[in-house]
Amino acid sequence: MIHFGDLKAKKGQIHINKDRCKGCGFCVEYCPRDVLELSEEFNIKGYHPPLIKKEEECCYCQLCEAICPEYAIFVTLKKEEEEGEKSESRP
Amino acid sequence: MKEHERFEEKNPMEGFLRMDRIPHIWCPGCGIGTVVSSFASALRKSEIDLNKVCVVSGIGCTGRVAGYIKLDSFHSTHGRAIPFATGLKLANPELKVVVFSGDGDIVGIGGNHFIHAARRNMDILVICVNNFNYAMTGGQVAATTPILANLSTAPFGNYEYPFSLPYLADACGATYVARWTALHLRRVTMAIQEAFQKKGFSFIEVITPCVTLYARRNRLGDGLNILKYYYENSEIQHGADTRTVDISYQGKIIVGKFVDREKPTFLSCMNEHLSKVLGDKYQRYGE
Amino acid sequence: MKADPKGVLTGAHYLDGDFSIAEGALAAGCRFFAGYPITPSTETAERFAERIPYVGGVFIQMEDEIASIAAMIGASWAGKKAMTVTSGPGFSLMMENIGLACMMETPIVIANVQRGGPSTGLPTLTGQQDMMQVRWGSHGDYEIIALSPDSPQECFNLTIEAFNLSEIYRVPAFIMTDECVGHMHEKVVIPPAEEIELVERKWYEGPKDKYLPYKPDKDLVPFMIKAGDGYRFHTTGLTHDERGYPVINAECQNICVPRLVDKIKKNADKIIKYEEDQIDNAEVVVVSYGITSRVSIKAVQEARKKGIKVGTLRLVVVWPFPEKRIHDLARKIKAFVVPEINYGQIIYEVERCAAGQAPAFHVPHCGGWVHDPDDILKVIKEAAK
Repeated sequence: MIHFGDLKAKKGQIHINKDRCKGCGFCVEYCPRDVLELSEEFNIKGYHPPLIKKEEECCYCQLCEAICPEYAIFVTLKKEEEEGEKSESRP
Repeated sequence: MKEHERFEEKNPMEGFLRMDRIPHIWCPGCGIGTVVSSFASALRKSEIDLNKVCVVSGIGCTGRVAGYIKLDSFHSTHGRAIPFATGLKLANPELKVVVFSGDGDIVGIGGNHFIHAARRNMDILVICVNNFNYAMTGGQVAATTPILANLSTAPFGNYEYPFSLPYLADACGATYVARWTALHLRRVTMAIQEAFQKKGFSFIEVITPCVTLYARRNRLGDGLNILKYYYENSEIQHGADTRTVDISYQGKIIVGKFVDREKPTFLSCMNEHLSKVLGDKYQRYGE
Repeated sequence: MKADPKGVLTGAHYLDGDFSIAEGALAAGCRFFAGYPITPSTETAERFAERIPYVGGVFIQMEDEIASIAAMIGASWAGKKAMTVTSGPGFSLMMENIGLACMMETPIVIANVQRGGPSTGLPTLTGQQDMMQVRWGSHGDYEIIALSPDSPQECFNLTIEAFNLSEIYRVPAFIMTDECVGHMHEKVVIPPAEEIELVERKWYEGPKDKYLPYKPDKDLVPFMIKAGDGYRFHTTGLTHDERGYPVINAECQNICVPRLVDKIKKNADKIIKYEEDQIDNAEVVVVSYGITSRVSIKAVQEARKKGIKVGTLRLVVVWPFPEKRIHDLARKIKAFVVPEINYGQIIYEVERCAAGQAPAFHVPHCGGWVHDPDDILKVIKEAAK
């Protein structure tokens, strides 16, 4: 029997390498939960890296990680969720 | 340890890239980095022996890919990536050879090699990153540039007919032909995975934004705008007739998997035929 | 190491030069041939296509010469010995990728069965008009090794030597023959496999993570590996550092490029080969190579009968050129005579090395046929005055 109430949405922990970002905005635009936005600060090269607006909303879809052309952002499964579920292969 | 260094250890791309050469030379908003990410995901998912994968690039922006990927990689001369890959594959049939190069390199100067490798059904995968121009040299018109586009050697608009790459590959005999845009991340990954499973000449065209040159000269906005534009203007038609998938200026882009057929490769044809004719005296090759 | 008996057609045969090159390649362990038909070299490709199914390997006729040489470089990086044959027009097409092979330090062998040029020229008739092009044809600074056989037997022997030299020095090696030798049928004796000495490239055997693709050994030649062995190396035609990564600045260029030239120049003594006859008290020395050396034998004999002290120096390895020998000879003799089937190519090297101490007389012939020995004799007589 499947208990839908027991299923938990995955939560992701976002890691951003601010200095490698070139401010293209792909991750901000395509995050399905609007977790990111372009910050006002400048990084070392003068671009605006993303900042995490609402980390709790991140559902570990890893789209930002897949789309970033600079490999400057990636998402790991949040620690407390890892024990409870088998982690799937990365998309 | 700085946060930056701690970052390196966990980044999943780290095992796959030559991290001592990152950051790469591509412009902000360029889609090539994204295509490389999709390629990395495909490699991870197909569980291929990475020691047997070789990447060959030509010259150009996409041609720099070989320098960043941590596999046996070769950066050869302009347009000659496909025969180089042919030599690698024939000399060691266990290798899985991927040609990762741009539209100008593969079908411009390399056009002759492209059609013959497809004709022979050479068992290689060609990933053609199509940004509609010769970007590295400053944005000149290429064989894939749509009519009316403005580029530095067509400053009043392009009046030459462009290629339709899937049509060309299909006509030459490729066994797997697909086209996606850089934003179709997971579909590009899936296409590469499917192509890895196939034997024969596989061709995947990925339409990618070129911010600094194509987009700027044609007022298509910045990386985000052009990526959105490509994605929204694309229509998925799996199995579409490749004669109908040409791209007009600012027009619809038909994407999808167009061709997926089985055909014996060059080496299997060679082995079968010579075994039939010469019998036991023939030394079978590569099996 | 010894040759693989499968590829060695031991025995005495009646073969032409082109066929001998193919047999030499098979004996040397060449198992990959990518070529394009061009007169007068096509017979080598045909012979290889006929023989390779029995020996085991790949023959592929590519779509043009550029594809042929690109495929060869790829095959060499996958660990196989690779060869192609061509003639003048195809040779010109290959130039860019010859530069790539030099920059990537890839061992390959190219045979150029020369014909009359320039351009389409005389497809079916002889010439020796690519001798400078083989050395300087591609852009940039580099050095290659070029050998010049004068008979089908030498075609066989020198092909094996070309493979060995290209493997030792990780450089393209060229067999510069011509249509006359290529189409000449003569007795060719192929020894048993145990008597053929082969050399393979210096394979790297250390720890994988410490491998540097372009770190030179004591003889200035780096260790090589092949694709598919897990080294995850990168190699490029761009100027690169020891890791094989492109570095675009003047410092790297001034380290990378001089070594490409020096590895041949500094080892030239081990590579240079020539044959001399009666040179000790010669007054005139005839410097020749390939088919012209056989034609000059008649002229030299006639001249000796007339009392002129003529010595001969036959270049077996044309590049690197025997600069020291020519320089030393120039002090002792009256003049050089250089017959060649072109309008002036190796003569300039002889003049340069003689450094004004002895004049060099040219016996040009633009191609189409070999010299008339009387023409060479006339010049010898003039040189002796």
